[in-house]
Amino acid sequence: MSIETPDNLRYSKEDEWARREGNRVTVGVTDYAQQQLGDVVFVELPEAGKVVDRGEPFGVIESVKAVADLFSPVGGEIVEVNAALSQTPESVNEDCYGDGWMVVIELADPSEYDGLLDAAAYGDFVKSRSD
Amino acid sequence: MSATGPGHTPRTSRPNASSGIAYEEPLLFERSVEGRVGYQLPRADVPEVDPAELLGADGVRDDLPGLPEVSEVEVVRHFTRLSTWNAAVDLGLYPLGSCTMKYNPKVNERMARLPGFAAAHPMQGDENSQGVLELLHRLGGALAEVSGLDHVSLQPAAGAQGELAGIMMIRAYHRARGEQRTRVLVPDSAHGTNPASAALNGFEVTTIPTGEDGVLHPEPVAEAMAEDVAGIMITNPNTCGIFERHIGRITEIVHAKGGLVYLDGANLNALLGIARPGDMGVDVMHFNLHKTFSTPHGGGGPGSGPVGVKAHLEPFLPSPVVVQRDDGSYGLDAERPQAIGRLHGNLGNVGMAVRAWTYIRSLGSEGLQRCGEMAVLNANYLLARLRDHFHVAYDQPVMHECVLSDRGLSESGVTTLDVAKRLIDYGYHPPTIYFPLVVPGALMIEPTESESLEGLDRFADTLIQIAGEAHETPDVVREAPHRTRHRRLDETRAARRPVLTWQPEQPES
Amino acid sequence: MLEVIGKSRLGELFEDIPEKLRLNGALALPEALSEQEVQQELEALAARNDDASRLHWFLGAGTYAHFVPSVVDAITQRSEFTTSYTPYQAEISQGTLQVIFEWQTMMAGLTGLEVANASMYDGASAAAEAALMALRITRRSKVATTGGLHPHWREVLDTYLGGLGSEIVAVPRGEDGRSQDPSDFLDDDTACLLVQQPGFLGTVEDLKPLAEAAHAKGALLVVVVNEALSLGLLRAPGDLGADIVCGEAQSLGVPMGFGGPHLGFLAARSKHVRQMPGRLVGQTTDADGRVGFVLTLSTREQHIRRERATSNICTNQGLCLLMATLYLSLLGRRGMAALARRNLDKAEYAKARVRETKGLSLPFSAPTFNEFVVSLPGPADAALARARERGIVAGLDLAKVEPELGPAVLVCTTELSSRDAIDACIAALAGEAA
Repeated sequence: MSIETPDNLRYSKEDEWARREGNRVTVGVTDYAQQQLGDVVFVELPEAGKVVDRGEPFGVIESVKAVADLFSPVGGEIVEVNAALSQTPESVNEDCYGDGWMVVIELADPSEYDGLLDAAAYGDFVKSRSD
Repeated sequence: MSATGPGHTPRTSRPNASSGIAYEEPLLFERSVEGRVGYQLPRADVPEVDPAELLGADGVRDDLPGLPEVSEVEVVRHFTRLSTWNAAVDLGLYPLGSCTMKYNPKVNERMARLPGFAAAHPMQGDENSQGVLELLHRLGGALAEVSGLDHVSLQPAAGAQGELAGIMMIRAYHRARGEQRTRVLVPDSAHGTNPASAALNGFEVTTIPTGEDGVLHPEPVAEAMAEDVAGIMITNPNTCGIFERHIGRITEIVHAKGGLVYLDGANLNALLGIARPGDMGVDVMHFNLHKTFSTPHGGGGPGSGPVGVKAHLEPFLPSPVVVQRDDGSYGLDAERPQAIGRLHGNLGNVGMAVRAWTYIRSLGSEGLQRCGEMAVLNANYLLARLRDHFHVAYDQPVMHECVLSDRGLSESGVTTLDVAKRLIDYGYHPPTIYFPLVVPGALMIEPTESESLEGLDRFADTLIQIAGEAHETPDVVREAPHRTRHRRLDETRAARRPVLTWQPEQPES
Repeated sequence: MLEVIGKSRLGELFEDIPEKLRLNGALALPEALSEQEVQQELEALAARNDDASRLHWFLGAGTYAHFVPSVVDAITQRSEFTTSYTPYQAEISQGTLQVIFEWQTMMAGLTGLEVANASMYDGASAAAEAALMALRITRRSKVATTGGLHPHWREVLDTYLGGLGSEIVAVPRGEDGRSQDPSDFLDDDTACLLVQQPGFLGTVEDLKPLAEAAHAKGALLVVVVNEALSLGLLRAPGDLGADIVCGEAQSLGVPMGFGGPHLGFLAARSKHVRQMPGRLVGQTTDADGRVGFVLTLSTREQHIRRERATSNICTNQGLCLLMATLYLSLLGRRGMAALARRNLDKAEYAKARVRETKGLSLPFSAPTFNEFVVSLPGPADAALARARERGIVAGLDLAKVEPELGPAVLVCTTELSSRDAIDACIAALAGEAA
């Protein structure tokens, strides 16, 4: 199974990706996560304004046969939510690093972003788990 | 078909199913024609009143939009046609693991339909219900004997409600002793109802890993066991079909720290007349009358999930309980201050109790033991026939069911789901698949005692044939079923855009 | 077989069971009987119970005697329905799946809501599950009920909510037999107002103001139906503001059966579907594009979400659901309405007779459907015993459940109650000569 891990993103060990622009971080689930889940049928996201800590669940993702929590890779206020996912959850499978994004978080502590894995480290991490 | 195994001679090559006519049938609403009715009221013998005058125009409805308009014969044909699209125990082997799809004797059905049971009312008074109360009392006693427990309530309507009752009693027991315990231990191989029932009771669930040999070991239980643990929920035989051989030690560990032991009785069929949970240190368990005691599964119920306890939990049983009074008569006792309360609007699924009692009377002590023995023999026979053709999760003697997996098929790209769907082409209901969760790609096969040797051989031959197909013609397996009215149904589509009712204006597909 | 397994004796198959845990000797159970003997024994037990097939029946109180057309049992006994299980394998379970889908459609229409599930155990647990659902949706902690909730169902509600520390408050009954204005009993922590319709004592609630009162506090209105036939006459609760409608559908073709198996149901609005308990069937297509049905939204359920599931329910009341779907199909749009009106006509006739009868009275002025309270001049147990001697089960003695009413009986009339039987029942309750 081949896993896509774009170099311009950071990753968490809970299989979320993060992309920083200024003080805002866009978050979604990785290619590995969407492959593991299979066809995504529902994504439950919070309302904008909610404040989350790093590692705290902020939502739930469901496939036909599995449910997983979404853990925030960084702490801060959720300032944007991808409302389109309620109508087109398949975006998570089809374009997990693009249209399948989930929330944008206003970073509370920039060092948390820097502490995330880079593409190579995440790739190794995935490999170590599937062995 | 190839046959294997020492001493095995193929007994028959007669196919289990062949293609026939499949009837088409739309939704009943699509058959609706204005003005048709399939029901006749007697001539009126009282005056008609104006509902709007009594209830207010706003309180009365002017139409019943959800209901069809069809004649009696259309109703009969519609549902008869639908019935032909189902697999069923009466059509053939239905080896759904952990569901105990045994034969449901027809005499059970006839007895449940006797007007003295079927047309009796739950509030007609104890003195007018002596026959049914006696039946319930005797069935409770028989279940206590089978399980080695002291008291049984028949109130829970299904296994999951029995679990709920059991966990509630555990909580009530600790409360009565002035203790607040917050956690329940559940092995990772447990049915999903176990953690769900614990959570519905406000307990936090601590998952205990199953050992590499497919059973629970005392060490992880000892490690997790503490003064805040209310109890443990164990399934025995477990969902891998293996007897939890350390259960004696595990119950000691749990009891030593003040916890109680709950037994999920889903797999009790394997133990009938052979061993009793009560003798293993179990404090409370539920029974599934629709599994072990031959009441029909009905396309998903009604079941019945009686709950049994040792004497120290008796005060907490759901109220009311059926009792025999000093004068020999039967009654209901609701004056039980420590009881967890009521779980059912009445006394539970009494109709299922009538069927189960009929079964127990028909088989007697010896017959029940024979069921347990034959169920275990059949499962071990299937395992022996199949172990060279499929990966076996835990290669050791099993009880009433065995768990295979798709591991050996992976190079062909054929999965457990494909094997299951291919079995359908041969006229078999598939086993339970992808459960227990501790075995990736699990195929959990429970033949029950109802199958003959010839029937088991035919089924084993078929699975062996499918294993061969997986390597030789994998696409045939991956695209199965081929012979059903429907090909594989798109569950993703159903879940992404749920259509849960028929809509008149909705286009055909 | 043992040879193939590699064992020489049957007992070797049980070697995993430690010796000391094995049963010594046989179970102490009576010995086996032939089918003929079993039948005789069971018939003797059955004969010792009262039953509605041979008595005039006016006892309801949550379990109702109605006429069931022959088709219902004839189809229900088909092995393909009776001896199958939960339709996990959709390709060979389309019969059961389509029946459930049709049931969901019928119940959505009857309740005036958008989605209905594939059944709950009974009305009592359906009401408790509806309350739990409301607690999840609103994330509040209190439940308010009206006094009209069946006393047994209220006990089940207490049992289910007991483990979660939720508070339950009851709105008292008003003088006319309906609920008082509930506003003073609702606050910002109330998840739902649970209203039984018709109430346990037969009175029909005015749902609109109750819905408004609940919604004003941000709470849901849960309507609990215990006589499902009333849905053929009364305006759909969903049209009057109910957010969840649940209850007992035994009336729709399911035998009284000494209290079970019956048929719980639960319906809600689409926006709350992911908080619903129980199984749901959805429409989809197969690999060739043909329309078919599958179990769907399963991630709510215990086998996937485990301790975070919306409910622990697994096996439900499938075959009873089939009976009710058959019954509703036979009655259809017109038959259901006509039958519900007939039940109302019978009750109104009986109430008129009560009003004319010396010593009897109707304590409540609120409208009723097919069940009502009759106040008696003397003890109810004696009146019921007198009726029973005349082959009449005249109703439920309310002395234990509603002692403040004085001597009173809850009487139910259905399409089975002939005018002559109604007259005889009322004469017996009044103490008149037979």
